[in-house]
Amino acid sequence: MVEAVDSSWKDQLYETIKTLKISQVVYVPDAGHAKLIDRCLADPDIDCFPLVNEFESVGVCVGAWLGGRRSCVLMQSSGIGNAINALGLVHSTGAPFFAVATMRGEWGEFNGWQTPMGQSIPRMLEAANIVVNRAETAADVIPVTEASGRLAFNSYLPVFTLISQRATGAKVF
Amino acid sequence: MTTGSQNRLERRGAVHRLLAERSADLLVVAGLGSAIWDAETAGETPLNFYLLGAMGSATPTALGLATAQPEKRVLALVGDAELAMGMWALATIGWRKPENLSVVCLDNGRFGETGGQVSHTGVNLDLAGVAAASGFQTVRRVNDDSGIEELRSLVMNGPGPVFGLVEITANMPPVQMPIRNGAIGMARFREALLGPDSLKE
Repeated sequence: MVEAVDSSWKDQLYETIKTLKISQVVYVPDAGHAKLIDRCLADPDIDCFPLVNEFESVGVCVGAWLGGRRSCVLMQSSGIGNAINALGLVHSTGAPFFAVATMRGEWGEFNGWQTPMGQSIPRMLEAANIVVNRAETAADVIPVTEASGRLAFNSYLPVFTLISQRATGAKVF
Repeated sequence: MTTGSQNRLERRGAVHRLLAERSADLLVVAGLGSAIWDAETAGETPLNFYLLGAMGSATPTALGLATAQPEKRVLALVGDAELAMGMWALATIGWRKPENLSVVCLDNGRFGETGGQVSHTGVNLDLAGVAAASGFQTVRRVNDDSGIEELRSLVMNGPGPVFGLVEITANMPPVQMPIRNGAIGMARFREALLGPDSLKE
């Protein structure tokens, strides 16, 4: 069971991806991203495929930028640590990097195994000079994600949007 | 499968033959560390992109480039330890199956840049076997000149994704430093591939 929240942003995120002229979406799946992943997979103008883990996402997105394409990576907070080492590639090249991550291990989390990453990853990203923009509620998700994407692509920065469990709906057992 | 062949190629000569009479349609991504010197000595070109850090990222970078540029041919040129560190990219390539992508692994069974310690491929790891099991369309083990010639043709003409395991000796040819600044390397690659307006994007 999942807490009742306004989930209309899950459909609207696809429009945000299109507005940002993103043509590659790669993902380590999360239930919070399931609708967006399905819509991207169904769109012939978006190259959409899964990764084994988050480490790969940096190379794949930088490679796409080398080839003239904007991309976005979808992941869950529990795996962001896997990408930290590779994110040096973004700092060293000045390529944009845009990630949208759903949070676990914070707002009403039931599974304590999710909390080590969930509680520390925002500070880890900031320590690694990655921009972190947080969407704390459902109403934040679309404006924060769109602003994050614009910042990434217009200012050539690595930017994460972190979507709170308050917006995705914490699992309740 | 084993990698127990006796004959091994000298790495620099093998890479130079692989990149000889290179087509303008070939884009190369090379990773740490000797693969970069091998590619650079084969002929300097802005259409080589080098990763001097973020080890394990060369193959996923080539994957992103190949999917963004389906009309070009893309080659990831990597050592066995660089590829092993990012081995999961082989599984992702098997999912996405870009026909224009080749991964060529220079396998000496050693961590050459760090003192020549025996690497995973030097004991048991068979990266060609991993590529085949991951769904690469074409997989070759190469340890002689005719194998390099065939691989050169496969890199340009597929069917991809192509994986070539080139068994090399553990010698360390002289280092030739390329442009080390990643931002310059990226900018000139994009300008050469996409045109000068890409720098204003």
